[in-house]
Amino acid sequence: MIEAHKLRKTFNKGKVVAVDEVSFAARDGQITGLLGPNGAGKTTTLRMLYTLLKPDSGTMTVDGIDPLADPIGVKAKLGVVPDSRGLYDRLTARENIRYYGKLQGLSKNTIESRVNHLSDVLDMAGFIDRKTDGFSQGQRVKVAIARALIHEPGTILLDEPTNGLDVMTTRALREFLLRLKMEGHCVVLSTHIMQEVAALCDRIVIISKGRIAADGTARQLLEKSGEDNLEDAFVKLIGSDEGLLA
Amino acid sequence: MIAVFIKELLDNFRDRRVVLNTLIIGPLFGPVIFGLMLSFMASETTERMEAALELPVVGAENAPNLVAWLERQGVIIEDAPDDPEAAVRSEEHEVVLRIPEGFGEAWQAGQPAPIEIIADQSLRYTGTTIARVRSYLGTYSAQISQVRLQLRGIHPEITRPIDTQIVDLSTPTSRGGQILAFLPYFILITVFMGSMHMAVDTTAGERERKSLEPLLINPLPRWKIMAGKLMATTFFALATLALGLVAFVYAMGMLPTADMGVSLNLDFKVAGMAFLLVAPAALLAAAMLTILASFAKSFREAQSYMGLIIFVPMIPSFWLLIDPTKAETWMTWVPLLNQNIMILELVRGEPLNTAWIGATLLSTTLAAIALAWVAGGLYNRPKLIFTSD
Repeated sequence: MIEAHKLRKTFNKGKVVAVDEVSFAARDGQITGLLGPNGAGKTTTLRMLYTLLKPDSGTMTVDGIDPLADPIGVKAKLGVVPDSRGLYDRLTARENIRYYGKLQGLSKNTIESRVNHLSDVLDMAGFIDRKTDGFSQGQRVKVAIARALIHEPGTILLDEPTNGLDVMTTRALREFLLRLKMEGHCVVLSTHIMQEVAALCDRIVIISKGRIAADGTARQLLEKSGEDNLEDAFVKLIGSDEGLLA
Repeated sequence: MIAVFIKELLDNFRDRRVVLNTLIIGPLFGPVIFGLMLSFMASETTERMEAALELPVVGAENAPNLVAWLERQGVIIEDAPDDPEAAVRSEEHEVVLRIPEGFGEAWQAGQPAPIEIIADQSLRYTGTTIARVRSYLGTYSAQISQVRLQLRGIHPEITRPIDTQIVDLSTPTSRGGQILAFLPYFILITVFMGSMHMAVDTTAGERERKSLEPLLINPLPRWKIMAGKLMATTFFALATLALGLVAFVYAMGMLPTADMGVSLNLDFKVAGMAFLLVAPAALLAAAMLTILASFAKSFREAQSYMGLIIFVPMIPSFWLLIDPTKAETWMTWVPLLNQNIMILELVRGEPLNTAWIGATLLSTTLAAIALAWVAGGLYNRPKLIFTSD
């Protein structure tokens, strides 16, 4: 469960406003999509939630914890797949995941059984013990996801998870996200791809130029814009068609 | 923290290049260069001192007695080149002796007989040869003057109002220390070489791989992550230092130091003490390099900074080399300078002053901790986390 209230973040001493009074909520058992063109402020919003950036103003909570007051407590609740996957090439996939398990403070046995479980679910058996050097984008994303979920977080943030993935891997990933939703997790993903939110999200938050342009279910967005497909609704709601060519 | 430490070690031990550069070339660099330098110096000195002096003489017929005496002293008299000045200038001969025609005449008249040593004194290596020629001529001259005085019934000692003697208090070990003046630099450089790659890989490398952002999302304080990385870097620095010292001990054992009339006090006991004294400098080097590398955006940028920092340990070493002053207490409070001094004292075989050891360890450790503390705070700056892309 995430609640963000009037988050604001500027860079270069206030000259660049990246996020301006963004408020939204993401509930457990739902997939919430942050939809917006490139540079809209999606990544900055997520970075504030996972505590790598401090907002200039505004408040937020993750499962009732304020990231500003207890950054470490929040990080323990979150599973994050950032835009940059950043695997260690000289380590195997298993070692990459194991490292994060240790950093989460898990016991050796817990780590091993969860790695095996995640390896099954994400279909990683073929490459789990290979060094990640030379992995495909799809394999990298899977490792990054397994790494983020090793401590079984209640809330999962994914920044552009399907970037660079082929159709089959994208499909597998979507199924996995739906499965997380079924298990009652709160899933938040950012994307600039229309079809993604249409196929996955229970709730869509459209961000444009650092502001919330619209917020609701797919049906509500259609009604609000008066259009009959999401893509036109999106264009109309953000007031331009930039960044739509995915 | 320990997890970060273990992971960084595992990660970097997998990289053959790192292991080769850091743990093999790093420790060997010092002893090999130093050993070569020493053995070259040794062979040069003995060669010049012991080889028979070959001396071309112009106008040997003008002073047959002198030339015969020189030959008896073991000097090999050679035929003079046609143009002695040109031969010396072209470095064909180091020294040519010229006995002018007026030699015999002046000799007979009891006047100082002229003789010329033709040499280029700006060439450093001719110094020994010129000195040898002068000392032969001086000996001959002294003998003749003694004979002349005795013929006139005067005690020859009268021309020697002063009898100067040098009482050399240097022991073979302390003379060895003089040659070893370079040693502290080569030892200190190992901790810098050892930590260089790790410092870059764990900071700038992590940023370039874009693994820093996910790493920092893990629920542990950032200084702990940095501390783990610093530990790994320091570990590599210490390993390089230890291997380097072992290599030094063996290298010194193989050198013909006895021929040079010096004994080098560098056994495993001294090396162990040196390790202890330099160990805090390993953390110092690791922290210094880590801070620098953290600001670099890429591996390459960081490596270019590393080239500069290598000069840091050189500064005190060269200062001591150029201005070899007596060790004083204040010096033992200056990190890096104090390691230089203490290693020099060690290899000279001097008993170590406990207060100096304390000052060395304490000041270096404090400086290292201060730098490590700075490094620990670096990841609280968002600028250093995100690659601007």
